[in-house]
Amino acid sequence: MKEAVWRQMGLTDEEYERIKTLLGREPNYVELGMFAVMWSEHCGYKHSRSFLKMFPTEAPWVLQGPGENAGVIDIGDGQAVVFKMESHNHPSAIEPFQGAATGVGGIVRDIFAMGARPIALLDSLRFGPPDDPRNRYLLSGVVSGISFYGNCIGVPTVGGEVAFAPCYSGNPMVNVMCVGLLEHGRVQRGRAAGIGNAVMVAGAPTGRDGIHGATFASEGLNEASEERRPSVQVGDPFREKLLIEACLEVVKEDLLEGMQDMGAAGLTSSAAEMASRAGTGMEIDVDLVPRREEAMTPYEVMLSESQERMLLVPKRGKEERVKSIFARWGLEAAVIGRVIGDGVLRVREGDRVVAEVPAEYLTKECPVYVGRRKPPAYLAEAQAYDCSALPEPADAGEILLRLLSSPNIAAKEWVYRQYDYMVRTDTVVGPGADAAVLRIKGTRKGLALSTDGNSRYCYLDPETGGAIAVAEGARNVSCVGARPLGLTDCLNFGNPEKPEVAWQFYHCIAGMSRACRRLNIPVVGGNVSFYNETGGKDIYPTPVVGMVGLLENIKARCTPGFKAEGHVVLLLGETLDELGGSEYLALIHGVVAGRPPRLDLDREAAVQETVREAIARGLVEAAHDCSDGGLAVALAEMCILGRMGARFHLEEAGRVDSLLFSESQSRVIVSAPPENLAALEALARARQVPFKVLGSCGGRALEIMVGAATVVNLTLEEMEGAWRGSLAAFLEG
Amino acid sequence: MRFGVIVFPGSNCDQDVYYALKEVLGQPVDYLWYAETRVDGYDCLILPGGFSYGDYLRPGALAGLSPIMTAVKEFALRGGIVLGICNGFQILLEAGLLPGAMLRNRCLQFRCQDVYLRVENNRTPFTGRFARGQVLRMPIAHNEGNYYVDPATLERLKEKNQIVFRYCTREGKITPEANPNGSVDNIAGIINEEGNILGLMPHPERCVEELLGGTDGREFLASLLDWWAVQGLRRSSNSC
Repeated sequence: MKEAVWRQMGLTDEEYERIKTLLGREPNYVELGMFAVMWSEHCGYKHSRSFLKMFPTEAPWVLQGPGENAGVIDIGDGQAVVFKMESHNHPSAIEPFQGAATGVGGIVRDIFAMGARPIALLDSLRFGPPDDPRNRYLLSGVVSGISFYGNCIGVPTVGGEVAFAPCYSGNPMVNVMCVGLLEHGRVQRGRAAGIGNAVMVAGAPTGRDGIHGATFASEGLNEASEERRPSVQVGDPFREKLLIEACLEVVKEDLLEGMQDMGAAGLTSSAAEMASRAGTGMEIDVDLVPRREEAMTPYEVMLSESQERMLLVPKRGKEERVKSIFARWGLEAAVIGRVIGDGVLRVREGDRVVAEVPAEYLTKECPVYVGRRKPPAYLAEAQAYDCSALPEPADAGEILLRLLSSPNIAAKEWVYRQYDYMVRTDTVVGPGADAAVLRIKGTRKGLALSTDGNSRYCYLDPETGGAIAVAEGARNVSCVGARPLGLTDCLNFGNPEKPEVAWQFYHCIAGMSRACRRLNIPVVGGNVSFYNETGGKDIYPTPVVGMVGLLENIKARCTPGFKAEGHVVLLLGETLDELGGSEYLALIHGVVAGRPPRLDLDREAAVQETVREAIARGLVEAAHDCSDGGLAVALAEMCILGRMGARFHLEEAGRVDSLLFSESQSRVIVSAPPENLAALEALARARQVPFKVLGSCGGRALEIMVGAATVVNLTLEEMEGAWRGSLAAFLEG
Repeated sequence: MRFGVIVFPGSNCDQDVYYALKEVLGQPVDYLWYAETRVDGYDCLILPGGFSYGDYLRPGALAGLSPIMTAVKEFALRGGIVLGICNGFQILLEAGLLPGAMLRNRCLQFRCQDVYLRVENNRTPFTGRFARGQVLRMPIAHNEGNYYVDPATLERLKEKNQIVFRYCTREGKITPEANPNGSVDNIAGIINEEGNILGLMPHPERCVEELLGGTDGREFLASLLDWWAVQGLRRSSNSC
C-alpha cells in the first residue's frame, strides 16, 4: 500500500505497522479506513485514556459508569437519570449552525440509546471576544443551530453557560449535555448479544456525508480547515424526533438486546463497539444498508457519519415488529447482518468479503500514548504576578457596572430566549439561575442541572482550576437545594502531542479527581476534545463539568433573587484577598495572571452541606453562588433578579477592590427572614463555616459601605440596564 | 368532557396537553394519530404545539393535509370544539379553518418567553372564566408567530369579535413593545365566526400549575369545562 494513504487518513507509520502486526497482513483500503477512524484521537482516546483512569467512577447509586453510551445514576423509586456531555468544537468552528445542531442530535441519541426519554439539554459555549465579527458570526450560528435542533425535537434547553476569551477566537467550544429519565428495568446497553441475532440499522438512510469526521476532529484547525466543510454533517431534527419516539416504543415493548447511536465513525464504530462489549462479532452486508446516494463504495458506507441513525440488535424473531414500529413513525429499519461468534467484524458487499477485522482490534488495541509532560513556559511568570501593585479604582460603582455589562457576566437572555426551555412542562427553574430545576412528574422529586468551567483558572493553575470546576458545579446545584449525585465532563484541550498541553491535561484531571473524591461525586461519562488550536496556538485548558443533583422535595428549593424587604443577607464562607485570575483583573486591568483562588475542599463540602440543609429546612429564601466577578456582582445579581435593592456594610479589610471583586471560593450568599438568623448561625457553626451578616434587603438601590465610606450606590435600573441589555448590544450593534 | 389530542409526526407538546387535561384537570383524554380518519366520541379536539413535519415547508402546511384533518373539519362543521395551540394554530390556518397566515417572527429568531395577553372576547367557550380586558400571563415558544391577515379580513375579525387575545403590557396596554413577534394588531389568538374553533400562539398547557410559575392556562382550559357543563350537555340533549 502506498505510504501516503495511511498518513492521509491520519495514521502514523508506527500505527500502520501495528495494524499489520495485529492482522498478520497488510490491511486493505476499507480496513485501513476503519482503523483510521477507530484509532483517531476522537474515538480511540489515545492521549487521554491513561489519565482518565484517575477519575472516581463509583458510588452506590451509580448504575452505569463510563464505557457505555452514557452514565446512569439511581434517583430512587425505581427511577434513574441518564446523562452525558459531548463536544462539537471542530465542526462548529467551520460550520457553526450545522456543527452545533448535529452536536445536539448526537448527544440526544446517546441518551435514548440507553432507553431513556431525553428531558433536558444544557450548552456550555465559549467564543472569542464579541467585538470581532467572525466571533459574532460563530456565536449567532451556534445559537441558531442549537435552537433549530433542540426546539424541534421537543427537548427543553434549560441551562448552560456562555463565556468569552481571546483564545477561543476561531476555535469556539460547543459542549452539549443531555439528560434523560428512565425506569431501572428499561436500561438498554450497546451490546450485540446473542449469536445469530439480526443486526438492524434504523432511521435515516446512509449518504456520503461526514466521512472521516472523527479524523477531522482529531487535528488542529488551520486555513485549510475551511475545505473540511463537507465533513460537517447536516442535521435533520424532524427525523430525530421520529427516531426518539420509535426507539422508545421499541424499548417499551422490550424488543431489543442492544442499541447504539451511529455517531462519530458511523457504522464502523457502532458495530465494532457493540460486538466488542458483548464479546461477539458481527457480519454486515453493506448492500443491505439503506442509502440516499447511488454507487456508494463499502468504504463510504462503513465510514459515513450520516446523522439520525441507530444500530439495533433485536431479540430473536422480533425483527418484523421492530420494522413495523419504525414504519409507523415513517422510518426505515433494515436487517443488515447478524451477530456472529468469532469476534470478527466481517463486512461483505453481497457475496464478496471486503473487510475482516477482529472487533477488539478496533476498540481495544488502539495505541495509548503517555507523552512527556512539562509546565508551560508562561506559567512561572504569570503565577508570580503581584496584584498588590495594581492601582485601586477610584469609583467601585463604575467598576461594578462595567463588570455587570461584560459579556462573561451579563445576562444571557439574548441566547436562551431562542431556546424552548419550557417544553415538556417540567422546568421549574429555567436558565439564568445557579442551576436549572426540573420536576419529575408523579413524584415530589426534582433534578438540578448545571454546567461549569473556568478556563482562566485552569490556564493559571490547572490543578486548582480543575478542582474548582467540580466544586463550583456542585455548589451551583447545592444553591438550589439539591445534592450533587454525579457528573459528566467535556475535556477541551489543545494539541496533546505538546508536552505543555499534556501537563495541563494531567493536572486538570488530577484536580478534578481530588474534588470529586472529597465531595463524593462520581464521574459517569464524558468526552475529550483535543487539538483545539488555531494556527498552532492552543486554547486555555477548558474542562467543563456537567453536574446532576437531586432534590428530595422540590418544594424546598431556592433561587438567587432577593425575596422580601427586611430579609437579612448573609455570607457563608469568607472573602480572601484573591484577585488572581479574576474577571475584574482581566476586564478592568487587562491582565490574565496571578494564582487563581485557593480551594479548601473540606471548607467547600461544609459550605455546600450548610446551604443544602438551610434550604431543605426552609430557613433561607434566596441563595447564590459567589463566583465570577466576586461579592459585588453576586449581590447585584440577587438585587436585579429579585427586583429589590439592598444595603450592605462590609468591614474594612485591605483593598476595597479585593473585598468586592475577589473570587474566593466556597462562598454562598443567602437571604433569610431575621427570625431564622439564630438557626442559620447554628447550622454554620456546627460545620465551622464562617458566617457573616452583610446587610439587609430593601429599597430600590444597591448600597455597599466599607467602613464609613459608601463605595457603591447604584439604582436597580442602572444595574439592570448594564446587565440585561449588554449582550444584545454587543451582538446586534 | 372527552378530549382528543392529535399527534402529528413532529408534534412535541402533545404529552404536555395530555398531562394538563388528564392530571391537572382530571378529564378523559386520548391521543389521536394523524393517519386516523375518524374522530367519533370526542367533545373537543386539540391540535398541540411542536414542529409537525419539522416545519421544513411552512409550519403546519403538511400537517394541514393529514388524513385526520378531513375528520377534524367535519367535526368542526357539526359544531365540535377545536383548539389549536402554536403549531396547532398554524395547522388550523393552513387547513383553512381560521383566516390569515403566519410569517416569521419580526426579529427573525425563535422566541421563548412569558407574554401578557389581554382577553378581548370572554364570550367564547374558551374564555368564560375571564373578564373582558383581563390580563393573562402565558409562555410563547415559536419561530413563526407573526400573524398576518389582509386589512379587509382584519376588519371583519374585529367586527365579529373574533380577536380573542392580544399581546399587551403587564398593565394591559396594547403597545408595539408588548408584541413579541410583529403580529398584525398584536393578535395572539383568534376564533372562527361560529365560535367553536380557536387558535392561539401562547401555550396554556405550560401554565397550569403554581410549580410552573402560573395558572392562567388552567383557567383557560377549565373555561371549556364550564362551558361544556352548560352548553354541551344542553346540545347533546337536544340531539337526542
